[in-house]
Amino acid sequence: MPEPAAVQGKRIAIEARGIVKQFGQGPSALRALDNVSVSIRENEFFTLLGPSGCGKTTLLRMIAGFEYPTEGAILLHGEDIAGLPPFKRPINTVFQSYALFPHLSVWENVAFGLQMLGRPSAEIGPRVAEMLKLVHMEELAQRRTDQISGGQAQRVALARALAPAPKVLLLDEPLSALDYKLRKEMQIELKRMQSETGITFVFVTHDQEEALTMSDRIAVMSKGKVLQIGSPWDIYDKPAERFVADFIGETNFLTAEMVGIGGGTARVRLRSGIEIPATIAEGYTPGREATIVVRPEHARAVKTGGQLAGKVENVVYFGTDTHIYIVLDEGGPFMVRQQNSRSQSCGFEVGDRVGIDIAADAAQVLRD
Amino acid sequence: MARARFDVRSQPGFGTIALFTFVVLYLPIITLVAYAFNASESLTAWGGFSLHWFGEAARNTAVQDAAWRSLVIALSAASVATVAATMAAIATTRTAPYRGLGFKYAFINLPLMVPEIVTAVALLIVFARVKVWTGYSGLGYLILAHTAFCIPFAYLPIRARLEGMDEALERAAADLYAPPWQVFRRVTLPLLRPGIIAGFMLAFVISLDDVVISEFVKSGGQDTLPTYMLGQMRREITPEVNAIAAAFLALSVVLVTIFFFINRKKT
Repeated sequence: MPEPAAVQGKRIAIEARGIVKQFGQGPSALRALDNVSVSIRENEFFTLLGPSGCGKTTLLRMIAGFEYPTEGAILLHGEDIAGLPPFKRPINTVFQSYALFPHLSVWENVAFGLQMLGRPSAEIGPRVAEMLKLVHMEELAQRRTDQISGGQAQRVALARALAPAPKVLLLDEPLSALDYKLRKEMQIELKRMQSETGITFVFVTHDQEEALTMSDRIAVMSKGKVLQIGSPWDIYDKPAERFVADFIGETNFLTAEMVGIGGGTARVRLRSGIEIPATIAEGYTPGREATIVVRPEHARAVKTGGQLAGKVENVVYFGTDTHIYIVLDEGGPFMVRQQNSRSQSCGFEVGDRVGIDIAADAAQVLRD
Repeated sequence: MARARFDVRSQPGFGTIALFTFVVLYLPIITLVAYAFNASESLTAWGGFSLHWFGEAARNTAVQDAAWRSLVIALSAASVATVAATMAAIATTRTAPYRGLGFKYAFINLPLMVPEIVTAVALLIVFARVKVWTGYSGLGYLILAHTAFCIPFAYLPIRARLEGMDEALERAAADLYAPPWQVFRRVTLPLLRPGIIAGFMLAFVISLDDVVISEFVKSGGQDTLPTYMLGQMRREITPEVNAIAAAFLALSVVLVTIFFFINRKKT
């Protein structure tokens, strides 16, 4: 998928080139990162998304300077920084545990980086005040860090990392310790701070919803590899691999026969014998069989017609929408998500015969 | 009827054993302190309340000398031991595990396992040689010996504190442009302070209390308070010894109390 020209023209802030990280030696060696290459643009909200153990935190720690790559290079604005210790990198981190200094006040925590950079106190005072204002913590400046709540600690950690005006801000699952409502608030706050400060944010999370709502671009990782990089829309609507499709949102997998390919689209024949158009994932190697995905909200349950047919197995009401779980006639499950309207139910009950109408542009062929 | 559930806290005889243990532990100490206030010359016959023996002990120049010497040795030994123990603790915790780390750890704590009398005899033999070679026979030998056996006592609480400390704090400091020395000075050291104070006090009390090694290593006229008391026991015993012991006990209790409050405030 070609990038829009305006985005393409942006300079690269961080580039990871062919990164390999191996822990241990010999047959018991563990590859935490396996030939990972990522380019993060300036002023971008970039998210590393994946389940725990996928290598996302290792990559983040490598950018911060707490880990060194076994192979490959890390470039900041084109300069190799792989050999620089953390204190020489203009990159700051918001740690998962916040890691606020417990023996210092909120104010002293935020001032720490500026003091270490040797800035004059005439400059530090206003800058700390500005940062505390940015995170709405002006009134608690003299508090000890064990006298503030988790959400406040989160804000202080953010102010502390932003105060020295780093080129890149790294965020290691910073919202995972917050409760649902606070997390939602902080997601919006983080987005606001990123656009206000113009700093490149590299965000690590295992929460796909968080990644979709906040990011400009997402790199989906699994088992030490980057599977797909793209905008939230790319990742959600045009997943390249089964893992990506499965990890992000709910989805339906169908086996189909490839009928014809051309110009980024294909015609596939479903098991029901009906042919539908489908887009093709990058890197797809042509074959007879193909796995296609259809998101539950891109299909409708219909009384008659549709490209697939089956029997309703379960109907679950979710308030905003209803999930209809269907067993297909040719075997296998299919789920349809339908928007609820106030006046009527979805019209299907368990055991009903049902047709599935797949939207014209809904199907995507996976590369694996 | 169901049988009563087994509960380790309510077994028959526990109360009796506990009471017996406390009596054996504390009755002699209580008696010793009580007789420090005895007006008579006797250790066993009560002759009325008096502070006489405290005054007697305080005026005794031999006691003054020994007490002063004990303090100098304990302060010097505990200080050096605490610095060494802090460095050792950092070296053994702020590192990835490697072959030989367990050996180092055992080596640091060896003085806790070697019988004190063995160390004492060994030091006596070595220092006797060194004294002949150098001609120096001052307090240095006692300080050196005390430092050596104080190190593991200072090491243990400092290491425990370091292990309990979130290493992300040190990483955060490095991330915020603090070079290694500043990370240590601005973050590690302040957070380590309660452990260092605990280590110092433990070392101080252990040094103050030592008899065996001091007895073997000291030159003539270098009595510490405990070796002076031991010497007194061989002659006529008066409640003066009780008075010294009571004062000694009071000092230890005060130190432990201070330590307790410092630690509680920090955590």
